[in-house]
Amino acid sequence: MTDTAQTPVAEPELIACPQCDALYSAVAPGPGERATCLRCGTVLIAPRRNAFLRVIALAITMMILMFGATFFPFLQVRVSGFRNSSSVFDAALAFVDGPMLPLSVAVAALIVLIPVARAGLVLYVLVPLAMDRAPLRGATIAFRWAERLKPWSMAEIFVIGVAVALVKISDLARVDYGPAFWMFAALVVVITLQDGYLCRWTIWKALDKEARK
Amino acid sequence: MSHAAPIETARDRGLVACTRCTRVWPMGQERCSRCGSPLVSRRTRSLQRVWAWLFVGMICYVPANIYPMLRTRTLFMTDESTILGGAIEIAHHGSYGIAAIIIIASVVIPIGKFIAIGYLALSLRRQVRLSSHARHKLYEFVEFIGRWSMIDVFVVAILSSLVQLSSVASINPGPAAITFALSVIFTMMSALSFDPRMIWDFPEDTTA
Repeated sequence: MTDTAQTPVAEPELIACPQCDALYSAVAPGPGERATCLRCGTVLIAPRRNAFLRVIALAITMMILMFGATFFPFLQVRVSGFRNSSSVFDAALAFVDGPMLPLSVAVAALIVLIPVARAGLVLYVLVPLAMDRAPLRGATIAFRWAERLKPWSMAEIFVIGVAVALVKISDLARVDYGPAFWMFAALVVVITLQDGYLCRWTIWKALDKEARK
Repeated sequence: MSHAAPIETARDRGLVACTRCTRVWPMGQERCSRCGSPLVSRRTRSLQRVWAWLFVGMICYVPANIYPMLRTRTLFMTDESTILGGAIEIAHHGSYGIAAIIIIASVVIPIGKFIAIGYLALSLRRQVRLSSHARHKLYEFVEFIGRWSMIDVFVVAILSSLVQLSSVASINPGPAAITFALSVIFTMMSALSFDPRMIWDFPEDTTA
């Protein structure tokens, strides 16, 4: 650490690793490069070129896919003449009867509502920034919640769950994929890409700069 | 990233770091002026919360294994399977890979998580064999892997909504579905309450 860092605490260049509290003066790495904590390896800064626009595009894609994936038939099952098809929405409502209702709400939240809410919050924060405007009111709260909800967004786990479910009933019935299945598979890729492009530090810094004007 | 040889922490410098947006502030400030998150140098009190969530999670895990997860009704029979029972059944059909996924997601990960979180919480109070680096890796792993235990709950949700073919075959959730989901959620809360910065506070041995 250089001596200059000693005086100004509010100096924006001083950052600490959230995992181990190691103190650094931030130097923005070039696009595609990453700055990691020297002690624990946590990624601190990882800017990408055109990241804001890409994240916005992916968030919009995600919301459209999620709409389709939720309401179109997801899987179809056939047993000796009987058939039934189910959407993600139906899966979320599987527990709606009786004492299982809270579970239904939780499943709906984990696989649909929270991922959509995160995309919405990220759009709310990033769209003005990408257009070089001042952030909308409450943008910091919105981004804080987007970050906070991250561990509870479980769409990718749901997809693995589908694979397991298919094997479980393969000897009981014939199963066909509906259009929503492929939408959901694409959705997982989109969510993963979006998280890869999103650099927290860059966004916080952008929000900060605007707020002080 | 510029820094000098021995790692200096924000706390050493009399600063408090925001874990949400990484900015630092003078010790004593209560909220981050940039992102509005509450500032605490070390969430020492949170250890109580870690233990509380962990115990509730463990308690919920017991009925999750005793009661049936799925109730399958076909024309001729009704079958109730627990988590372990369901996995063994799948293995009998020859799908060892899927059986392994279920066993790992529903048994190995939850129990491993209980042990790992308990160990990490205890390790803050006494000298332990594992270095700070190893314990931090363990924490990151626990945080990453915990969500994957939800697989079995989703499987139950999918099956119960899909297999509803009047009298021919139907699948309904059993009581274990809800206690298992609660167990996963509570242990995730436990891991999220843990402050990993405390892992690094012990004087580091030179080998690390």
